[in-house]
Amino acid sequence: MSVLVLVEHTDGNIKKKSFEAVQYAAEIAKKINTTATALVLGTIADSELENLGTYGVQKVLHVADKKLDELHARAYASALIAAAQKEGSKIIIALHDINGKAVAPRVAVKLKAGLVSGALSYPDLDKGFVLKKAVFSGKAFAFVNITSDVKVITLMANSFPLAPGSGKASIEKLDVTFGDKDFGIKVKSVDKVTGEVSLVDAELVVSGGRGMKGPENWGLIEDLAKQLGAATACSRPVADAGWRPHHEHVGQTGGTIRPNLYIAVGISGAIQHLAGVNGSKVIVVINKDPEAPFFKAANYGVVGDAMEILPKLTEAVKKFKQHK
Amino acid sequence: MKILVCISQVPDTSTKIMLKDNDTAVNTQGTTYIINPYDEWYALIRALELKESGVATDVHLITVGKADTEPVIRKALALGGDQAVRIDADSIDPYQTANYIADYAKTVGYDLVLCGKESIDYNNGSVGVMIAELLDADYIGFATNIEVEGTTATVKREIEGGEETDLVNFPVVIACQKGVAEARIPNMRGIMAARTKPLNVIAPTAGAAVTTILSYEMPPAKAGVKMISPDNMDELVELLHSEAKVI
Ligand SMILES: Cc1cc2nc3c(=O)[nH]c(=O)nc-3n(C[C@H](O)[C@H](O)[C@H](O)COP(=O)(O)OP(=O)(O)OC[C@H]3O[C@@H](n4cnc5c(N)ncnc54)[C@H](O)[C@@H]3O)c2cc1C
Repeated sequence: MSVLVLVEHTDGNIKKKSFEAVQYAAEIAKKINTTATALVLGTIADSELENLGTYGVQKVLHVADKKLDELHARAYASALIAAAQKEGSKIIIALHDINGKAVAPRVAVKLKAGLVSGALSYPDLDKGFVLKKAVFSGKAFAFVNITSDVKVITLMANSFPLAPGSGKASIEKLDVTFGDKDFGIKVKSVDKVTGEVSLVDAELVVSGGRGMKGPENWGLIEDLAKQLGAATACSRPVADAGWRPHHEHVGQTGGTIRPNLYIAVGISGAIQHLAGVNGSKVIVVINKDPEAPFFKAANYGVVGDAMEILPKLTEAVKKFKQHK
Repeated sequence: MKILVCISQVPDTSTKIMLKDNDTAVNTQGTTYIINPYDEWYALIRALELKESGVATDVHLITVGKADTEPVIRKALALGGDQAVRIDADSIDPYQTANYIADYAKTVGYDLVLCGKESIDYNNGSVGVMIAELLDADYIGFATNIEVEGTTATVKREIEGGEETDLVNFPVVIACQKGVAEARIPNMRGIMAARTKPLNVIAPTAGAAVTTILSYEMPPAKAGVKMISPDNMDELVELLHSEAKVI
């Protein structure tokens, strides 16, 4: 009855958040005195698969079909079902990201299993199988009990720090017989963003609002982001005005992010904006208005003109990095 | 071509959430409800555009909820759509909601089911995928553009680390986000017309929930903001390093 976890990789490199999911699965396995198994799909080297052992899985199942290099959610679901059958898994874990959200609900329906989307905690086994998750876009948390025999969880990235050990995992190739509908979606073209830090996965984020006055001032945001190795985000009016691309818009109607550090520059802190960022561990607010509501949600605040403060902050970060 | 648009009722985005009954329930007294923004701004409007351009013949709306959700579904009908169905149930979890909707959808046979990328109350984003699975249909999430030709949709969608364009055959469930359409405001004619459009109330099929919410918790209050002088950015960086430990 191994705990099964779906692992994601980018061109053969396992994502950090997948190591988090693997470690999470291994911790749950420990709690219930069993082992954890990782399922990896597509083209990836054995040497990379071996790394999974250090996060606590005993076994890695690898389906080496290169058609799986693209997201084919139905095929991913078939592979998970096959792996779950092989391992007798009653607990199945994926990430709460674009891939996991497309796959986990399918697996849950196929297995008539309860699903908790975006889990933030380990299951509380004293009360049943209870997981904490954010609801109302982070304005509250809910404790959700899974009542079915089989349980499916999508884990929110950046919820648990990584603590690699020294375990080794055995690698086994798995053959899956796919159904004729599993590859029904034809991928016409793919456009991968390379180089930039992806916003949803970023640990540090610098974000600008209408207080930045116009797109011509975004160099100041980018300079700071670059110095920190951070991703950039923005408020909704900024994206609506076309100053920044829409995928940078965070908030209730944009992206939800949970970085370790969110630096909000010239953003007032409307409730709809906070809904997308209130899971951030530390918030720094830079605003010329000392009454800006965002200060109430901040850990550190600086009152002043962003145009003057940003270059100073960038310089300070640069100095810090040099002396570290 | 027949389109079904899933409409969810959610608290207005400016709602302050409050709990009651020993934190086992959300206090909804005084809450104003809106159509889930993703359902309204993107899924519904794109469906209406497809009808206006002659691609779709029928646009039906569906919601799962008790009678108190009718004002919201009438609001949706004021934007457009031929008729609406309300499945008369307080659904407990996404699995139950998806079963209700899929069971109804099977009786009509839709080519395209549109929904928002997630509802902003429980933030699961799982109902659309579950409907697809129950209908044995394909599913595309996080769509940013939808074009239809014959029985095929060309869909642009966000993927991990980028974007891709897919071709998919009907029937398909597509979850929409920004880019799919532009929000509209209902006009007087729409509001008048909505009053007389059919709103069929049907009983839910048998579908058990597999999860329940036991209780809620409010986020911990922030300890209070530490103000730093704009002339002392070195101090801020030092605090982020040694106190907050984030850099
Ligand atoms: C249904 C709905 C959904 C919404 N969804 C979202 C969402 O997802 N995300 C989102 O962000 N918003 C959303 N909004 C909009 C939200 O209510 C706010 O209007 C928006 O967040 C404000 O953006 P802002 O803070 O950039 O601009 P403003 O509110 O205009 O604030 C600008 C801030 O910059 C400061 N400032 C000005 N000049 C300077 C300077 N030189 N230096 C430093 N500070 C300066 C000002 O003091 C002010 O606090 C939504 C609204 C609705 C009704």
